[in-house]
Amino acid sequence: MFPSNFEYFAPTTLDEALGLLAEHGEEAKVLAGGQSLIPLMKLRFAAPAVVIDINRVAGLDHLEESKRGRGFLRIGALVRNATLERSDLLADRYPTMATAAPLISDPIVRNQGTLVGSLCHADPQGDFGSVMLALDGEVVVKSTAGERRIPIKRFLDGPFTSTIRPDELAVEARVPSPEGRFSGTYLKLERKVGDFATVGVAVFVSTERGKVTRAGIGLTGVGATNIKATEAEAALVGNRLTDATIDEASRLAAAAADPRTDVRGSADYKRDVVRVYVARGLQELSGARAA
Amino acid sequence: MTATEETAAESAPEKPLDWLGQSIKRKEDDRFLAGRGHYIEDIDLPNMLHMAILRSPYAHATINSIDTTEAAALPGVVAVVTGELLAQHNLAWMPTLSGDTQAVLATDKVRMQGQEVACVIAEDRYVAHDALELIDVDYEPLPAVVNPFAALEEGAPLIRDDKEGQTDNRVYHWEAGDAAATEEAFLEAHKVVAVDTHYPRSHPSPLECCGCVADLNPASHRATIYMTSQAPHAIRTVFALVTGLPEQNIQIISPDIGGGFGNKVPVYPGYVVATAASLLLGRPVKWIEDRTGNLISTGFARDFHMKGELAVARDGTMLGVRVKMLSDQGYAYADAQPSKLKAGLFHIVTGSYDLPAAHVVCDGAYTNKAPGGVAYRCSFRVTEASFLIERLVQNAAVELGLDPAELRRRNFIQPEQFPYTSATGFVYDSGDYETAMDMALEMAGYDELRAEQQRRRTEGGKLLGIGLASMTEALGAGPSRDYDILGIKMFDSAELRVHPTGKAILKLGVRHQGQGHETTFAQIVAHELGIPPDDILVHEGDTDNTPYGLGTYASRSTPVAGAAAAMVSRTLREKAKKIAAHLLEVSEDDLEWEHDRFSVKGAPSQTKTIQEIAFAAYTNHPMGMEAGLEGVHYYDPPNLTFPFATYVVVVEVDPETGEWQPIHVVAIDDCGVRINPMIVEGQIMGASPRASPWPPCRRSPSTTTATASGPTSWTT
Repeated sequence: MFPSNFEYFAPTTLDEALGLLAEHGEEAKVLAGGQSLIPLMKLRFAAPAVVIDINRVAGLDHLEESKRGRGFLRIGALVRNATLERSDLLADRYPTMATAAPLISDPIVRNQGTLVGSLCHADPQGDFGSVMLALDGEVVVKSTAGERRIPIKRFLDGPFTSTIRPDELAVEARVPSPEGRFSGTYLKLERKVGDFATVGVAVFVSTERGKVTRAGIGLTGVGATNIKATEAEAALVGNRLTDATIDEASRLAAAAADPRTDVRGSADYKRDVVRVYVARGLQELSGARAA
Repeated sequence: MTATEETAAESAPEKPLDWLGQSIKRKEDDRFLAGRGHYIEDIDLPNMLHMAILRSPYAHATINSIDTTEAAALPGVVAVVTGELLAQHNLAWMPTLSGDTQAVLATDKVRMQGQEVACVIAEDRYVAHDALELIDVDYEPLPAVVNPFAALEEGAPLIRDDKEGQTDNRVYHWEAGDAAATEEAFLEAHKVVAVDTHYPRSHPSPLECCGCVADLNPASHRATIYMTSQAPHAIRTVFALVTGLPEQNIQIISPDIGGGFGNKVPVYPGYVVATAASLLLGRPVKWIEDRTGNLISTGFARDFHMKGELAVARDGTMLGVRVKMLSDQGYAYADAQPSKLKAGLFHIVTGSYDLPAAHVVCDGAYTNKAPGGVAYRCSFRVTEASFLIERLVQNAAVELGLDPAELRRRNFIQPEQFPYTSATGFVYDSGDYETAMDMALEMAGYDELRAEQQRRRTEGGKLLGIGLASMTEALGAGPSRDYDILGIKMFDSAELRVHPTGKAILKLGVRHQGQGHETTFAQIVAHELGIPPDDILVHEGDTDNTPYGLGTYASRSTPVAGAAAAMVSRTLREKAKKIAAHLLEVSEDDLEWEHDRFSVKGAPSQTKTIQEIAFAAYTNHPMGMEAGLEGVHYYDPPNLTFPFATYVVVVEVDPETGEWQPIHVVAIDDCGVRINPMIVEGQIMGASPRASPWPPCRRSPSTTTATASGPTSWTT
């Protein structure tokens, strides 16, 4: 790799990292897993003057459930995709994320790449953006000025654009803990292993006495950002998962998609795959067991 | 039997009866798997400089000016090379493998996106890449043509206006076969089925991109050029002709190569500029292509727009085939096209079928795309031809309401018809197509598959697709009377030296890229002489130290160089016989050969092994005989060879999304003698996944109009 010249810092504490960001923010890029940043620098599409490598910063590799409030999952900025893929906690309690993790690119990318880094990169074809939207997650960002918690819907601002400020470091992603009976899954259409999603669909539902209490549907690769199919979600809440409600929700999800025709397929095709995948995901969940 | 004889028999080392057909492990894999291969990137010479290439962001543009001042002033930059500088040495253009011309560095215009415009030579690669960004090229974009049909339309922008007498974008118009006879056949047809398809441009994508280290020593006047080349000897000759350097002073060394697939047959601008720079600067210059540069500029494969028609009688008998093709050549005609057949081995388009009439029309068009047309998985257009005829046969089966296997069965050339002269003029040596197909159908459980396919169509769920293809290839070029590259005949060669201790070195004119030559060719010698493969070093890729050959591509190495290895072994065995006769004090006529030794007929204890004979060749050879046990053979095959195959591929298709997944692949290949079955099977298994992008016609994105122009600067 032959990137442009850059200055390299490898802080070991969070304070040190935030100090460096306060000083260099505008011209700096944070390096975690590097699976997006390094290719961009290699191609010289990105030429940051400063690279702040946070891999040595202590206290960012936690993957755990907090019991505070109604409880939430905490995913530190240095938690690798491979860790998510192998986590029993995710498999038991966060099936949407657990299903998506092994579908991210290839094992080499998953060994290095991080969920938080992927969210910051804000690629509309990133799978975790949709997972976070379906699960109503948020991103915790810190700077020398303090801490912000940004709901994922506001965090993802446009293609490759997030609302994180240049002096801020995303330290953690959070997802509310599920309640009652719940299930979730992620479906991804890719041309070949390791390719970006042609279409990805994250679904999550929790139910009480057979009726949906919470529904989450996130769409990948069919818009300028990951899309939260809110109307489809709303159509499910309060109802049972039946063929009719599933059809209606999948139709609304397809309507929420805003795909473009490209080398991976026509807009019409992608929109219809959204419909099929949302329906399949929900069908799968309607038969799923209780937690 | 005497006691002595019994002891001798018991102590004889156990050995396989024959090394041919043994699945021994690949000798080369120890170093490849342990990361101890030696590739271009591993070569590091004292005082070496590094080169990077500036590539055009436009598919078609006039170059008004190139300002290199700022780049040249960057500390660490030694030189900036432009087409203008090369033109002063008559090196701005170079010949292609088909005798056309291709720019080394653009002078007047760029004619493809990614075309080489300037090169920076610097003390390290980082500086070289930094300097690329400081080169200021003033382009004036021109309308680009990336579709060959549009290229041939009246008023299309003239791409090769540099060529005298070139008034349009047509490269060639060829016809082959018998137009009148084919016309007649079509008149008699019960049905004419058609296929109109684009076999898309594809990219060889080897793991290792191209690269070279050019070391022109101003004191010795020797040019040592390490290069990723599948054909080092031919490259040496081309370099001698292009640069004017005396050929004895050029040494091309192809070290280990990380895959080629035809990508490493052509001469690329990077090689030429690095060589010129080393000549001008008196220091070694290294160029390592990166993936971006490889994808955008390297020799492509395919890109044929094909219209085929098949005339069939009511009972399915095939009467004739006619084909119109338009080949998208890119901006230079650079096919590896060694045959005197006009459309290359596309003439195999009659496939495995007894087709009495055929007519092929092929046009080539210049477009604003990368040149190439090099082999990919045995091409010279064989693959395209197979694809077309098999698609036609499939369509015919559907239209006639016949099972595709049955339609093939009714039309296969029969075993007793060989040697068979095809309607396009090939003489097929042998074949038994129906047996191959029956084996494949049986292994696949074809009848049950068809029943299952019907069941799923009525019951819903995932659909079953059953693909069937029978293929006959033409490969193993020469014979030299019909095949050459730029006039160099397509023979190949082997030199074998057996050392005094009975160990040997086999030197070949071909150059493998991972195919297993170091094992396979050792097995051929082992089969002929009985020297165990582990005792034979196979050496390739160094023009100073191997006999002349045309290189490894289009499935020619084993049929041609492999045969040369067998032939030279036999020559040595003849000499060994003379030495054995001398040692055993008998007449040559009294000796018989078995595995690795000569024995006296009727006195089997009287033997001399090849190792004993080799020792004697240097220590106790007969008076009047030259010492040593070595020789060289240049093999010129009498004909191409015509392997055949039937494949059955079963896919599951999701009717709602179109997703498909192969679930079962049966491959029956007749490849002749399997020298190392494990390697043969590995080749088939390796090739099958590589075939999977073609059915959905996945294409290299460079074919889309989106890349016709753009602001991005591509660099390598």
